[in-house]
Amino acid sequence: MTADPARKDPAGADLAGLALAVMAIAPEAAGGIWLRAQPGPDRDRWLAALRAHALPAVPFRRMPAGIAESRLIGGLDLAATLASGLPVTERGLLAEADGGYLVISMAERLDPWQASLVSATAETGELHVERDGVTQTLPAHFAMVALDEGIDDEAPPAILTERLGLVLDLAHAPFGEPLFTVDAVAAARARLPAVATSARIIGELCAAAAGFGLASLRPSLQAVGVARALAALHGRLDVADEDAILAAALVLAPRAVQWPSRQEQQEEAPPPLPQDADTPPPENPPEDQSGDPPDDVMSQSALAALPAGLLADLKARAASGRQRSAGKAGAREKNARRGRAVGVKPGDPRTGARLGLIDTLRAAAPWQKLRRGASFGDGTIAVRREDFRIVRRRARRRTTTLFIVDASGSSALQRLGEAKGAVQLLLAECYVRRDEVALITFRGRVAEMVLPPTRALARAARALAGLAGGGGTPLATAIDTARQVAEGIMRSGRTPVLVFMTDARANIGRDGQPGRERAMADARQSARELAALGQTTILIDTANKPGEAAAVLADAMEARYLPLPYAAPEMVVHAVSQERPAPRAAQRA
Amino acid sequence: MSAEAYGAQRPLPDREEPLRETLGGHLLSVERASRPVRAAPAPAPRQRVPFPFSAIVAQEEMKNALILSAIDPTIGGVLIFGDRGTGKSTAIRALAALLPRMRAIVGCPYGCEPGRPAASCEHCQRLSLDKVRRGQAESHLVPVPVVDLPLGATEDRVVGALDLERALARGEKAFQPGLLAKAHRGFLYIDEVNLLEDHLVDVLLDVAASGENVVEREGLSIRHPARFVLVGSGNPEEGELRPQLLDRFGLSVDVETPSDLETRIEVVRRRDAFDRDPEAFADAWRGRDAGIRRRISAARKKVGSMTTSEAALRRATELCIALGTDGLRGELTLIRAARALAAYQGEDSVEEEHVRIVAPMALRHRLRRSPLDDSRATARVERAIGEVFGS
Repeated sequence: MTADPARKDPAGADLAGLALAVMAIAPEAAGGIWLRAQPGPDRDRWLAALRAHALPAVPFRRMPAGIAESRLIGGLDLAATLASGLPVTERGLLAEADGGYLVISMAERLDPWQASLVSATAETGELHVERDGVTQTLPAHFAMVALDEGIDDEAPPAILTERLGLVLDLAHAPFGEPLFTVDAVAAARARLPAVATSARIIGELCAAAAGFGLASLRPSLQAVGVARALAALHGRLDVADEDAILAAALVLAPRAVQWPSRQEQQEEAPPPLPQDADTPPPENPPEDQSGDPPDDVMSQSALAALPAGLLADLKARAASGRQRSAGKAGAREKNARRGRAVGVKPGDPRTGARLGLIDTLRAAAPWQKLRRGASFGDGTIAVRREDFRIVRRRARRRTTTLFIVDASGSSALQRLGEAKGAVQLLLAECYVRRDEVALITFRGRVAEMVLPPTRALARAARALAGLAGGGGTPLATAIDTARQVAEGIMRSGRTPVLVFMTDARANIGRDGQPGRERAMADARQSARELAALGQTTILIDTANKPGEAAAVLADAMEARYLPLPYAAPEMVVHAVSQERPAPRAAQRA
Repeated sequence: MSAEAYGAQRPLPDREEPLRETLGGHLLSVERASRPVRAAPAPAPRQRVPFPFSAIVAQEEMKNALILSAIDPTIGGVLIFGDRGTGKSTAIRALAALLPRMRAIVGCPYGCEPGRPAASCEHCQRLSLDKVRRGQAESHLVPVPVVDLPLGATEDRVVGALDLERALARGEKAFQPGLLAKAHRGFLYIDEVNLLEDHLVDVLLDVAASGENVVEREGLSIRHPARFVLVGSGNPEEGELRPQLLDRFGLSVDVETPSDLETRIEVVRRRDAFDRDPEAFADAWRGRDAGIRRRISAARKKVGSMTTSEAALRRATELCIALGTDGLRGELTLIRAARALAAYQGEDSVEEEHVRIVAPMALRHRLRRSPLDDSRATARVERAIGEVFGS
């Protein structure tokens, strides 16, 4: 028996309203929601509606970007401790959100470390505090609302999005009015524990998840929970096909990395071209399902429920082989923005260093009886200069070496081989230094980020394995892309080092039109814009006869020019090591 | 957990007045600072029933590695690396519930074993030595500690530090043991081990090697036993592990999400049943968990008296030579793991087959590293196995 999408047409369902209801009925089953929306009245209305529909008086705690570790986890309350002369602990934000919702602002800016902490806490429903002499295990059951204001493929870390069952893009699925009354939601909440899911529905949701190419099992599980909430919402005690289809539309389809049915058998085949936004979603499942009919019906119906614009977006993304969640997740090193505290040392806080209060306190503690004598125990603490401890920050700025490799024309294969070798060698070096490497290739009309900033060897190996070459030389586009990526790297607190490997013979202009004159002029223009960034840049001239073109370009981008007609990987690495900014002492204590 | 339980209302913390929570297990009252009033420890949060170990679908290698390290702690810990959502932390929490209880000396802060107190345990050294050695010190059965090293733990809580409360309130210089002390004779679990701060990694490396934690800070000079099985899990996409730390793990396992649809459905079905009614689900699997526990207990008793066949030893050595693993550690771990496996299977001697089964998990992280060969480590081990065992 298979799902029958004709029974009730899920197309045109109000996904924003349904997601809202699910978050209010079964927040724990959903885990949370990945809410993509620019800040504005729509998002505010959605959040206000969630608050109105949730159980009364449950906590809503907002986690601002850049929240301090101590505030998130809790620990010693310094003010109270100093005032009373006795240790007093303070509850962190994660524990405060217990029983309610944690609203994560600018989730796309969350660093992996914070994301891991929040995810681990959400997963176990418990917060383990082991800080500042405090040992606690506090309940911390909460559902997450991750506000993602990311542009293009900026996304929250994958470790977080894994745990956010629902995915909603308000730009594509606008929020009108709440679909259900507060009472209806309350009734559904009461009904939920009795709702059963048949083995068939579970099987079909799993199959649909596999059809969308979702490796992790969490989305399948979340979809089952969401389907159950939807059934409760519609007054059913058994999950019906339409509940499962809508759950698949809310949970599974937006994460798709491949397309079910036809593409399923040939994963490596060229993916479909991006569709125009107005292409209607496939109304009918394709006829030729020979393999596994159920998953096709389920996933096709789920796709039918998606807004057309979102579907087009998804297909474009799947076509370019990148996954929103995959890109930046590993890109940001722990808190490089502000430099993580790595310990404390004795010192004078008046030099501008941050005072390590707890450690200062601890240093002062053993002497209290001695120093205070008779007045010991009256609640004040005598702290002397030698007690002061200051926070040591990470000592060195991290670099990200960005390779921009010309994969065009005849020399492509050789160049690519060299670049791959250099990237591998650099990765080995970065492995020790904990630096990152990224790779952009350009050919035909486009420049493509083949390897987002990473220091994960396994991932780099995968990305490097399937590189292709040939076609025109869109140099201007490549330089522009490099500039954007470098800006992103700088935003995340790292220092980019750009390494161009090209013969600089551009023949595709910025607008994608062929023509050497125009293309070279565009490239020089882009190069000057790149120079404005003021970052270390190297241009390796890979032409068989190093020529003026590349030297002029290097000049325009204020890059070091290195003619290396037969660039052996070792030579490239050597050149980069020479140019790389020397490990700096603490940028700021 | 049901929706009702989820939404159960709890009083909101009053923002004006900081919550006074337990510190070192005691409630403190700030108003009477000079004489802190000690109340009963705060009630522990309601214990969540862990997912039963035996109900974990597939992932046999991961389960085996954990069982083997529970049988013989000297194998040296398990590293579990792999995809998200493969039940890595579920398995470790399940193991904690599965372990047979252990006997410990009453009152010892580190839970020393009767008859074999740690040389660096002050408490047990102070007790009449003879009494302890002869196993006559009072002892009791306690759960094997499985200690979480949470992200965001500060160094003072990991290694232990001056007890602030006692120092400030009474002017006493007392040591507040940290997580390493708690984990003695048990497991120390680090989720997202590749995100661990470097300075904590250094501490762990040092302690894991010596079995002793030496604290020299804030005027304290303390040493205490800290022998634990290190269990780490992580996702390689988040970053690599430092080679030195990698080397500390006896066994390493690569977990992958099952790709077979039937298996995937079974995982989701069981998890769904568990989420809806954890107690009933755990009840249904209790028998099988108990079976594994019995086998672990039996294997522990046996593992010390196992014989190892000449052929098994030779194969182990050949394998290590073929793979070029550095040092003797690989070989030693390989034999120990094979011995634990044979004991678990109820046999009396270690044979070639046991070596063959545990070889991938004992050796795959010990291959000489070439930068991008990481993903192929398993394949290399398997190739070597094929050559050595002539399959």
